[in-house]
Amino acid sequence: MISYLVRRFIQSLVVLVIVSILVFVAMRLLPGDPIRMIITASNTESFTEEQITQVRHEHGLDRPMFIQYFDWVGGFLHGDMGKSILQKVPVSDEVVRRIPITFHLGILAFIIGLLIGIPVGIIGAVRRATWLDTLVTTLSNLGITVPIFWLGILLMYLFGLYLNWLPVMGYTSPFTDFWLSTKQLIMPVFCLAVFPIASTARQTRSSMLEVMHQDYIRTAWAKGVKEQAVIMRHALKNGLIPIVTLAGMGVPMIVGGTVLIETVFNIPGMGRLAVTSVLNQDYPYVQGIILIVSAAVLVVNLMVELVYGWLDPRIRYD
Amino acid sequence: MANQAISDVVNGLVELPPRVSEWRRFRRVFFSRSVVVFGMIILLLFIGVAIIAPLIAPYGPYEPDLEHTLQNPSAAHWLGTDALGRDTLSRIIYGTRTSLEIGLIVVSVACLVGITLGTLAGYYGGWVYIIIMRFVDALMSFPMILLALVVAALLGGGMRNVIIALSVALMPNYARLMCGQVLSVKQNDYILAGRAMGASNLRLMRHVVLNCLSPLIVLITMMLGVTILAEAGLSFLGIGITPPTAAWGSMVNDARQYLLVLPILSFAPGLALMLVVFAFNMVGDGLRDALDPRLRGLL
Repeated sequence: MISYLVRRFIQSLVVLVIVSILVFVAMRLLPGDPIRMIITASNTESFTEEQITQVRHEHGLDRPMFIQYFDWVGGFLHGDMGKSILQKVPVSDEVVRRIPITFHLGILAFIIGLLIGIPVGIIGAVRRATWLDTLVTTLSNLGITVPIFWLGILLMYLFGLYLNWLPVMGYTSPFTDFWLSTKQLIMPVFCLAVFPIASTARQTRSSMLEVMHQDYIRTAWAKGVKEQAVIMRHALKNGLIPIVTLAGMGVPMIVGGTVLIETVFNIPGMGRLAVTSVLNQDYPYVQGIILIVSAAVLVVNLMVELVYGWLDPRIRYD
Repeated sequence: MANQAISDVVNGLVELPPRVSEWRRFRRVFFSRSVVVFGMIILLLFIGVAIIAPLIAPYGPYEPDLEHTLQNPSAAHWLGTDALGRDTLSRIIYGTRTSLEIGLIVVSVACLVGITLGTLAGYYGGWVYIIIMRFVDALMSFPMILLALVVAALLGGGMRNVIIALSVALMPNYARLMCGQVLSVKQNDYILAGRAMGASNLRLMRHVVLNCLSPLIVLITMMLGVTILAEAGLSFLGIGITPPTAAWGSMVNDARQYLLVLPILSFAPGLALMLVVFAFNMVGDGLRDALDPRLRGLL
């Protein structure tokens, strides 16, 4: 078990190193010259070759690529992600300010996805081929196809502009004003949760249908176990493994969704930052965001594998 | 014993069940669900619209009409006009072309590269496997839209770069599927037999690939929907298709500022987008059930 964990951890680290190299090299291939952007951003009207060389030296961009890489990674490990080219502020400050916002949105969407998706899927499977099942199947098929940025605009029109029930955009920390924060979060979190809810419901339904045919379920019925216990204790626990896999795979989907939803609802999180820094070619930001996001996804993958062992003791880690 | 059974059949002593051809079985399962048939009809409709767009679009997609901007739906403009007076319906019709074109090209490119990498990794194993699959894992650890965003940032917007960005983002799915399939198919006896007969690696790989077709076809159909959705997402963020080309995602984005005045301008392109993606997903589901029901839960 321990040796398996160590091995998996090392594998994830290797993937992370590959990601960092890919990102680093990719950013150096950007068409614009960052130096010229730094100088233009500081409003120097004309600049000599000497100045360029000097700025290049100041930013350490005249050193060999691989030294720059190790410098960057070393800095990263100390919490120093470099400075924004345009805003001249340390990337880490901005990122640290924005991570909680995106995390707040994402974790709510993730939890809601499971809390609604699993029961809905169970209802579909247990009441198979009734109108309830048809409703569940149709809604979940729509849920995995709806463009969430469009859904956001639709909701914004209906509840924000037309009915005037909810604030149209923005983000407030729950510690400043909990009620306002909740009202502002309803629409974005719902949009982010639509895909997790729908895909979890689909997966729960089909894995429950599969499990319900097993002999041990018939045995449970035969020995007079109550319906609720058959479903929750005997069927669901065995059907959960593919659902956990899917939930793990849903994390990148939610993170990708925040990019769109934070733009629609004007929320100052990581996703919005990713879009603006890509548009501005502010590469220290892009590098930092990508690395953080992939580290987060890898951690989630590791956690998913641990949950497998708890759900199905037959899975041996060796 | 076996000979006895065969001669019984030959002599007409035992009646064989009627033969059901693969194609008939496929058709029966595929068309048995009404939602799959509905998806297929929608899909054919959109493909038809994309092909004959210039014939059915009432106006040109780039024809500005500054005297009739932001009009409500009317007999002349069924879905109204945008801020430049361009006819929304015509732009949606031309947008179908953009979406399907990008979907087809991206999926073909991603599929070819992914199949090649996945097959090599699965077939040779060892270091080839480790190098290719670690690279694929690295690509898969970022969200598709973020990956496409970075590639689009490197190359800039525009049709060609969107295609490259989405292909890079989509390729790992095919590589991973193919690698898994090859690993299991290559255990089959006919591959061993082929090797014993001295078939070359290339020839064996061809057999392996042909035996992985069912899941590939399903993945291709489903990924068409995903790609179209991702392209719309990028265009919505302003990083995808550049104006004035009609693309659903950028139409939704452009219309956002007129949401209060003319909501239909945002609603209509999104609805078209959702219908197409829904249709691809349903047809993909149908194909999966008809081609290989064991794939349920995997794809």
